[in-house]
Amino acid sequence: MIYADNAATTKMSETAVKAMLEVINDNYGNPSSLYSIGQKAKEALEEARADIAGVIGAKPAEILFTSGGSEADNQAIISAAKTGEAAGKRHIISTKIEHHAVLHTLKKLEKEGFEVTLLEVNGDGLVTPEAVRDAIREDTCLVSVMYANNEIGTIEPIREIGAICREKKVPFHVDAVQAIGHIPVNVEEDNIDMLSSSAHKFHGPKGVGFLYVKKGIRLFNLIEGGAQEKGKRAGTENVPGIVAAAAALKEAVANMDKNAAYLTEKREKLIAGLKEISHSALNGHPVKRLPGNVNFCFEGIEGESLLLLLDDKGIQASSGSACTSGSLDPSHVLLAIGRVHDVAHGSLRLSIAEDITDADVDYIIKSVKEVVEYLRGFSPVWRDLVAGKSQFIL
Amino acid sequence: MALYSDKVMDHFRNPRNVGVIEDANGIGEVGNAKCGDIMKMYLKIENDVIEDVKFETFGCGSAIASSSMATEMIKGKPVSEAMQLTNKAVAEALDGLPDYKMHCSVLAEEAIKSALDDYEKRRQEEK
Repeated sequence: MIYADNAATTKMSETAVKAMLEVINDNYGNPSSLYSIGQKAKEALEEARADIAGVIGAKPAEILFTSGGSEADNQAIISAAKTGEAAGKRHIISTKIEHHAVLHTLKKLEKEGFEVTLLEVNGDGLVTPEAVRDAIREDTCLVSVMYANNEIGTIEPIREIGAICREKKVPFHVDAVQAIGHIPVNVEEDNIDMLSSSAHKFHGPKGVGFLYVKKGIRLFNLIEGGAQEKGKRAGTENVPGIVAAAAALKEAVANMDKNAAYLTEKREKLIAGLKEISHSALNGHPVKRLPGNVNFCFEGIEGESLLLLLDDKGIQASSGSACTSGSLDPSHVLLAIGRVHDVAHGSLRLSIAEDITDADVDYIIKSVKEVVEYLRGFSPVWRDLVAGKSQFIL
Repeated sequence: MALYSDKVMDHFRNPRNVGVIEDANGIGEVGNAKCGDIMKMYLKIENDVIEDVKFETFGCGSAIASSSMATEMIKGKPVSEAMQLTNKAVAEALDGLPDYKMHCSVLAEEAIKSALDDYEKRRQEEK
C-alpha cells in the first residue's frame, strides 16, 4: 500500500505514539487536580506547551490547546469579529481558497451582519500582498489567509501580508494547518497575530490542535465550563494527545530541512512523470509549494473513478471532484485558480510523506497513466475531444 | 461500511457492455461535464427487441456502475419493456446506492429513455 493522502491525515510517528502511551499509562491524572499525579500531568501539559511555543517563535502563554484546526480557526475568527464589532468594525478579509473551517465561519458571520471580502487568487493560487492592502478599510477587523493551501499546496506570502496588517493595525490570522511541521513558520518573523494548527497533519494524533494568540489579542470562548486554558477553552485537557502532538512537532521540525529536501525531490519526479500524460496540468504554484504536494487535472475523466481504481492498485489519494465531496460542485480551490468545472472534476491530489521511495514514485506514475488511459477509453467527453467535436482546455 | 456495495464495485471494476455500436439505431446522451456525469447509450434494435446495447460514461464509480447495470437490464428485452426501466430498479439491482449518488441511477434511466426516444424518432422519420 502507498499512502499518498497525508494532507488529509498522517500516520502518527513512533515518537508520538510512545509519548502518548507514556501519558496514558503512567501520567493519567487531571492537570487541574492538586495531588501529585495531577500536578505531574500539569507539568507534562505545560512542557508540551513550551515545546510547541518554542518551535514557532511564540511564548508558552500564547498557546491555547484545542480539538484541532477547525476549532482553532473558529475561535480565532469569531474572537476577532467580536472584538471588532465592539469597536464598530464589521469587515473581514480572507481568500477564496481557504479551508471550509474558515469559509463557513465567515459565512455564519456574514449572516450576522459582517461584511466579508474574499480575495481572488491568481492561476497559481497566490494571493498578493497588494490585494490585501487594497482591501483593508477603516472598519476591517480581521485579515485571515492560510499559510499553505491544503489542496494545491501553494504557499502564500504570509510575511509580506503580515507586515501590511501590522502597518494598518489589523489583526492577522493564519490557518497554518498544512504548513506547521513541514515548512518554517515563525509567528514573530511572519508578523502573525493568530495561528491555527492541527497535530494529525504532522504525524501527531487526531483531535488535537492549537491556536497561537499573540499577547494582547482578546479571545472569546467557544466552549464554556471549567477554567482550563486560562478560562478560554473549557474541558479537561487532552493530555495524552497534547504531549504526543508536541513530540511529533519537535521531531518534524528537527528533521524539517532533510524531509523537505527529500520530499521535494520525489514531488518533482512525480510532477515530471504525470506531466507526460497528454492534456493534463499541474495545479498550484510550481515552486512556492508544499514539499509533499502534487495536484493534477486530467481532461476527459472524473476524479472519483480515478481514486477508486488507484485504490484497487494500492494507492490512496484524493480528488477535488464533486463526487468525492457529496456536492455537485468540484473543489472551490480549483475553481478559484481558474479551472472550469469540466476539468476540475478530473483532479488528483497526491500528498506524500517521508516513507515514500523511488519505487513508489515510479509505481504511482505508471498506475495513474494506466488508469487515466483506461477511463478515457470509454469517456464520451474524451471521445468528443479527440474527434474535435469539443475543444481541449488543457 | 464501504462506500459502495460489492455489486456496485463489481460493475464499476468490470463494466458490462462498454463501448460504441457503430451502426446503432438509437443513441442517447444525458448529463453534462459541468456536473461531473455524462452517459451515452447506443442501442441496436431489431424487430422491437434490443439486440445490443453499449455505453460510454464520464463520471464517478456509481455512474459507471449504474450505466453498466442498466445496459444489462435491457439487453435482449423488447422496447416496450425497456421503456419501463426505472432508476429505482437500477439502484436496487446494484444492492443500493448512497443517497447522494441516487442521481446516477436517474441518469442511467434517462440515458436509456433518451436512446429509445431517438430510435422512435428515427423510425417515425423513416415512415
